[in-house]
Amino acid sequence: MLISDSSQLSFEKSRPGRRGAALPKQFCDKSQGLEAVPDKFRRRRKLVFPEMTEPEVVRHFVQLSKKNFSIDTHFYPLGSCTMKYNPKINEWAAGLEGFAKVHPLQPESTTQGFLQVCYELEQDLKEITGMKRFTLQPAAGAHGELTGMMLVRAYHEAMGQAKRRKVLVPDSSHGTNPASAALYGYHVVELKSNARGRVELKTLEEHLDDEVACLMLTNPNTLGLFEEDILKITEAVHKKGGLLYYDGANFNALLGIARPGDMGFDVVHLNLHKTFSTPHGGGGPGSGPVGVSERLIPFLPGPLLDKEGSRYLLRDAGPKSIGRVKSFHGNAGMLLRAFVYIRTLGLSGLKKVSEDAILNANYLKEKLKKIFPIAVDEPCMHEFVLSIRNTKAQGIHSGDIGKRLLDFGVHAPTVHFPLVVEEALMIEPTETESKETLDRFVETLEKIAEEIIRNPEMIKLAPHTLPIRRPDEVLAARKPVLSYRDQLRDKVLLAEGVPS
Amino acid sequence: MHFHPVTADDKQKMLEDIGVSSFEDLLKGIPASLRNPKINVREAVSELEIQNLMRGLGNINHSAHDYLSFLGAGSYEHFVPTAVSEVIRRNEFYTAYTPYQPEASQGTLQSIYEYQSLITELTGLDVSNASHYDGSTSLAEAVLLSVRHTDRVKVLVSRAVHPHYRQVIETYLKGTPYSMVEFGFGEDHTFDRAQFESLLTPEVAGVVFQTPNFFGVLEDLEGVSEKVHENGSLLIMTANPLSLAALRSPGEWGADVAVGEAQPFGVALQFGGPYVGYFSATRALMRRIPGRLAGLTVDSEGKRAFCLTLQAREQHIRRERAASNICTNQALCALAACVHMTLLGKEGIREVAELNMDRAAYLRGKIGATPGFKVLKDQPIFNEFVVRSDKPFDVLEKKLLNKKIFPGVPLETYYPELKNQFLVCATETKTQEQLDTFVRELSQC
Amino acid sequence: MNFPKELRYTKTHEWAKKEGRTVTVGITDYAQKEISDVVFVELPKNGQAVAAGKPAAVVESVKAAFDIYSPVTGKVTAVSSVIEGDPGMVNQDCYGKGWFFTVEMSTESEWDALMDSAQYEKNLKTEV
Repeated sequence: MLISDSSQLSFEKSRPGRRGAALPKQFCDKSQGLEAVPDKFRRRRKLVFPEMTEPEVVRHFVQLSKKNFSIDTHFYPLGSCTMKYNPKINEWAAGLEGFAKVHPLQPESTTQGFLQVCYELEQDLKEITGMKRFTLQPAAGAHGELTGMMLVRAYHEAMGQAKRRKVLVPDSSHGTNPASAALYGYHVVELKSNARGRVELKTLEEHLDDEVACLMLTNPNTLGLFEEDILKITEAVHKKGGLLYYDGANFNALLGIARPGDMGFDVVHLNLHKTFSTPHGGGGPGSGPVGVSERLIPFLPGPLLDKEGSRYLLRDAGPKSIGRVKSFHGNAGMLLRAFVYIRTLGLSGLKKVSEDAILNANYLKEKLKKIFPIAVDEPCMHEFVLSIRNTKAQGIHSGDIGKRLLDFGVHAPTVHFPLVVEEALMIEPTETESKETLDRFVETLEKIAEEIIRNPEMIKLAPHTLPIRRPDEVLAARKPVLSYRDQLRDKVLLAEGVPS
Repeated sequence: MHFHPVTADDKQKMLEDIGVSSFEDLLKGIPASLRNPKINVREAVSELEIQNLMRGLGNINHSAHDYLSFLGAGSYEHFVPTAVSEVIRRNEFYTAYTPYQPEASQGTLQSIYEYQSLITELTGLDVSNASHYDGSTSLAEAVLLSVRHTDRVKVLVSRAVHPHYRQVIETYLKGTPYSMVEFGFGEDHTFDRAQFESLLTPEVAGVVFQTPNFFGVLEDLEGVSEKVHENGSLLIMTANPLSLAALRSPGEWGADVAVGEAQPFGVALQFGGPYVGYFSATRALMRRIPGRLAGLTVDSEGKRAFCLTLQAREQHIRRERAASNICTNQALCALAACVHMTLLGKEGIREVAELNMDRAAYLRGKIGATPGFKVLKDQPIFNEFVVRSDKPFDVLEKKLLNKKIFPGVPLETYYPELKNQFLVCATETKTQEQLDTFVRELSQC
Repeated sequence: MNFPKELRYTKTHEWAKKEGRTVTVGITDYAQKEISDVVFVELPKNGQAVAAGKPAAVVESVKAAFDIYSPVTGKVTAVSSVIEGDPGMVNQDCYGKGWFFTVEMSTESEWDALMDSAQYEKNLKTEV
């Protein structure tokens, strides 16, 4: 077989006496270090760690990697995630010693190169989004949202409007939106989307009072549809003294086409690991810079980037700042990758990103709506949502179709989201996929549609060809086994022939 | 554009199939006043030019690659085996998505599970999550956990905790009903026990200590967990995970939550990020832990399988009642940490910890014996210590930068009372020659 | 599906059993089927005040979390010792061993406002 079947842990492959690294030499008098430290400070509990040599460790992890789907191996039409190609030039640049080894607390005169990269990135993001100032500190989109909520709160408090405790979100919003708002003590009110999947102006106005702190939106929304009333929406909210928050998860649709700053948004977060091509890494690291309109600048977390003459520097945020949201300066390594991406694409390249993303999505939508029901049949932007509601008779859910796609070498699209669509399947091809890949995807779904009628069991029990079948998630939640120590203590799920 | 496969030909065919005559027809719903914004961004440059540009920008920076660095304070220079970067550069790891489809992500899931296992071993606590943004946000979430778990409103935080971490806690608590109160440290850089005990009142949800503390000192926490628990509060410790290979773990000190920065394992300095926060806790607090958890189970054929579990705590399900809003974490950095820890292994990790302690003790001894400099030579330390100089720090730093040395992190910005004191870090990366060079250059300042 | 006649029901699919002023609360057969495998239950604390129609407990499946509402106002007097360790019991025996908590009613008239099994079944048919 091409890849190993083994799911043995490193702990289970371990053998006493093996070592995987050649360490620097001891030269000091040993009596000064650990030996000089009183007993009460020393570790007493035995450390249960693997003991493996370098070739064993490398093989262990490389074999594991081959059990993964990834963008570099598979098509990943995950709606809302923007699984576009991760340019290798970004990785190369981030790995240069001149960047990788820079300590965050070095004197600024020695980090001008990195400061310049971050400064210029901020300028580019300002232009691209139409916002007036950015903080590059937040480590991810959700972290950016939390920062955004703090900015909203700080603004209203400074204006003597601390009574504004409500946040409005559309019922189609991403889960992090209400979670971020609630974490900050806001009362979240969901607005029911209209039949065209968008925010209904009338519904919004019914809920707008002087207790609303802000409206959180993503545009295009999670159905891939542009909020056509956006200017009326932002005007209505501003008139009532509220602020507008833009969730940048879907920004891949708008590069060069329209800017949230122009739409009237006060706070914008971007996901560099979505729109700006930094890799997803199996779950991060990401980066979530937050841009603001003029009136929110005083509240931004510090330090902020600045330039004086030809010197780049980090400036303390002012007295109204919400304070630091992370140690040091943000995920600088990811900021650097985004900077390289923008320089590589240039203005016309950025425009082509959204054009092709929208073209690919609409092309797929037209082909796929002939196979499965579509949530809203209108021109979409960079993504669209199918509603697999015609397969109830066979007992098949959108999740099952996602699982069957895995057998055909395609990662499942986003399933069961947004919650407002029954049996949702959210598809975002991105601009880095070819027409041939899209055509093959259509053919695959046609095959699956046939299977639903002829052989539904194939789909209900999918996947069949991957390293594992469907895991028992109920057992995993009822009796959580979260570490090797749990396995040893509960004597469960130990690999065969493993000395414990 | 070499990343965009759609050709003019493709575009024409696709527009036909979509049924519109021009691309603009697809954007009809967008208000005209928003369209075609004027964006002042530079035009594209070739990849060759980018290579030159980035090399040039990198060369403007100095760093541990051309200077001798004694900088620590939460970001550490360590020896990283080459195999670590080989593994994290595997396309299937770094271009993979979050493992929501377990059948297609066993590689990521198993490595997260192994990372969780390694962290629980080091901290001596029962459960670890799949990673957090960094040590500071991990600690802030630990503080939020304590107020929610105990239903109380105050947290006590040692002033000897990293200044950035304390600032982040303050930011997270602003505008909430919760507040943070600091307790101080004495001349020996350890916590003021009398002050601490007087502040330990029934409104206290949690107490935070750092080990080694920001000054590099190992604090005597005997009796602390008992007092904290008697008070009905949680003991939270933020610990350098490398130190735990040789030193008493948070579990052994009686902590309920252990969080911190796992950057010392395989993660490059990168001007401060991305790093990797770890978060571990006792089993009793398992359901309150933020972030993702990888669990072990079986598949429908009885084969071992890994999957994300206890997801009903998370944002995509609980929405406004989630334990945290965290979605993307720092998975690839956690993978680097996991591979690094696995390569070091049981003996290696302890040896590295001891090498750090030996180097730092050696350096501290030599600097302490140098005229014009004072150290607290009897305090137990890990790999950092404070030096007090007779001369102003900027004068020292200027001279030493000319000799291509970063002498350490000045403390006055964070602790105004600690004038002319700076934090010096010596890890296993320093040779005897380098340490002696530093001492010689200091003596000539 | 089964809806015992001696119990009363809420629109939010909880059942209630009255003994004197004490009301035992659980979720109906319909609810446990909709939720599917229960993996975790978050129960109120003994002595906690609950209000009619307001959330008192949470049930988690693998993919979702559901609020369980108290049918009556009062004080929690007992909490299940079974379902926290064995959440599957909620699916297995939702009217018996799968009970959640008991409440000492402060307003007896609230009991009359609850649906009987015939009304609940009818309500289900119109809802679904």
